[in-house]
Amino acid sequence: MRTLLELDKVAARYGPVQALHDVSLVVREGEVVAVLGANGAGKTTTLRAISGIVSRTGAIELEGKSLKGGPEAAARAGIAHVPEGRGTFVDLTVTENLRLGAYSSRNRSVKADIKRVAEYFPWMLERGGQRAGTLSGGEQQMLALGRALMSRPRLMLLDEPSLGLAPLVVREFFRIVRKLNEEEGLTVLVVEQDARIALGASRRAYVLEVGRVALTGTSAELRDDESIRRSYLGY
Amino acid sequence: MVVAAFSDFMQQVVSGLASGGIYALLALALVIIHRSTGVINFAQGEMATLSTYIAWALIAHHGWRYAPAFVATLLISFVGGVAIHRVVIRPVERGSVLRIVIVTIGLLVAINGFIVWEWSGEPQQLQSPFGTDTYSVGGVVIAAHDIGTIAVALGIVFLLWLLFQFTKVGLALRAAAVNPEEARLVGVRVSWMLALGWGLAALLGAVAGMLTAPTVGLDPNMMAAVLIYSFAAAVLGGIDSPIGAVVGGLLIGVLLNLLSYLSQYGMFDWFTEELRLPMALLVILAVLLVRPQGIFGKPAVKRV
Repeated sequence: MRTLLELDKVAARYGPVQALHDVSLVVREGEVVAVLGANGAGKTTTLRAISGIVSRTGAIELEGKSLKGGPEAAARAGIAHVPEGRGTFVDLTVTENLRLGAYSSRNRSVKADIKRVAEYFPWMLERGGQRAGTLSGGEQQMLALGRALMSRPRLMLLDEPSLGLAPLVVREFFRIVRKLNEEEGLTVLVVEQDARIALGASRRAYVLEVGRVALTGTSAELRDDESIRRSYLGY
Repeated sequence: MVVAAFSDFMQQVVSGLASGGIYALLALALVIIHRSTGVINFAQGEMATLSTYIAWALIAHHGWRYAPAFVATLLISFVGGVAIHRVVIRPVERGSVLRIVIVTIGLLVAINGFIVWEWSGEPQQLQSPFGTDTYSVGGVVIAAHDIGTIAVALGIVFLLWLLFQFTKVGLALRAAAVNPEEARLVGVRVSWMLALGWGLAALLGAVAGMLTAPTVGLDPNMMAAVLIYSFAAAVLGGIDSPIGAVVGGLLIGVLLNLLSYLSQYGMFDWFTEELRLPMALLVILAVLLVRPQGIFGKPAVKRV
């Protein structure tokens, strides 16, 4: 499989706080890769470094090309970032949120793409005029996923999608992510605190500890190793 | 007597709607900038006056006809608004809101000074594109300029609505205003959207100024009072609500005229023309005390 995303010795800081010390990781085309770790380990910062929200040092390459500039540039390069806490435009309607998802890609029929996305979320067509802020938390998370799909991304970044959602909704969310991965070859880098569900949905995983990669392996290996589970993943 | 009172009443309503349409345009400009930059643009009136002087100079000094001068003024104003954002607002945008407010006050003084320096403070005449005719409809005397003003104001509002509701750039403008960080993640160049907002505001001001000048005369302080009425309109409608700005503008225009009308017939006989401005300030105060979010605004919730 071709390498899609490569981070080499990436470091990032918020003012005086060094959030990432040295993170190197690889995501290959068609993979679902999980980034796990405790609160404050640098999971979210890793995603924010990739999409250029925080400035960073070290090399980040997408399809062999160096990623530079802010989040607008990352979006144009084909990265769809679903941030922590849903990241929907609560004042805009469901349809407007979806239309915005297609903002950075040109010359395509947005209507046809909305139909395509709605195959996974049929309710979005029926409730297209509803304000996103009036949706339930689970629906907002689905809408954020649908909006990210609208850009036909090369790579999707998901930040803590399980946060604040009922277990049943979380399972449904990851079921759709897996389906997208299998049917459309969607490549996903997902950050999760809920290691159990993330390992179930991913092929490989990295575990971060205070801004460094502490260990990596296939999700199956990590899941089956009881000592790793106990010391790093907390279940 | 009753018939005369009624036609008087209708006349006041129509001319109130005309001035209200102008307030609505300027209030919309204030709302657009407040939504994107988070401040009241105190230079909005002066920017409109400058635009009007440009139109006047094209016609009076350079012999342009009205229509091309109108279009050229809109274009110049739009580009000027974008430039103001890029050159003076953007550098202070990351600081406190107070810094931007002070910059807009500085702009007000600078533009006013420039106008006097370039064209002197002498009042000038800008013609109305609709002429000086009046029509009598069932005893109600209506000025062509008033009808034209109402039509242009509503037309501009409609075009703006189409832009915001149905175009990609309009959607991006709204997204950048309500949630800039999220907008950047989907690829919207937020900083340019803010500049575009300033351009649109300047364009709206230009229209408002060109509609104001024929009735009050063109002078460097022409828009000072209009800006106060537009503040009142924007606050009344809800400072972040475009529809509120339009409704607020029309309400303020009609309300002030009706007060004049009623004072002629013995009600509110204390009300004289000099009280129009204090009345607008009273509206601002009353709204801020009773319903700070305005008619169409949502209660302020601080997002953390």
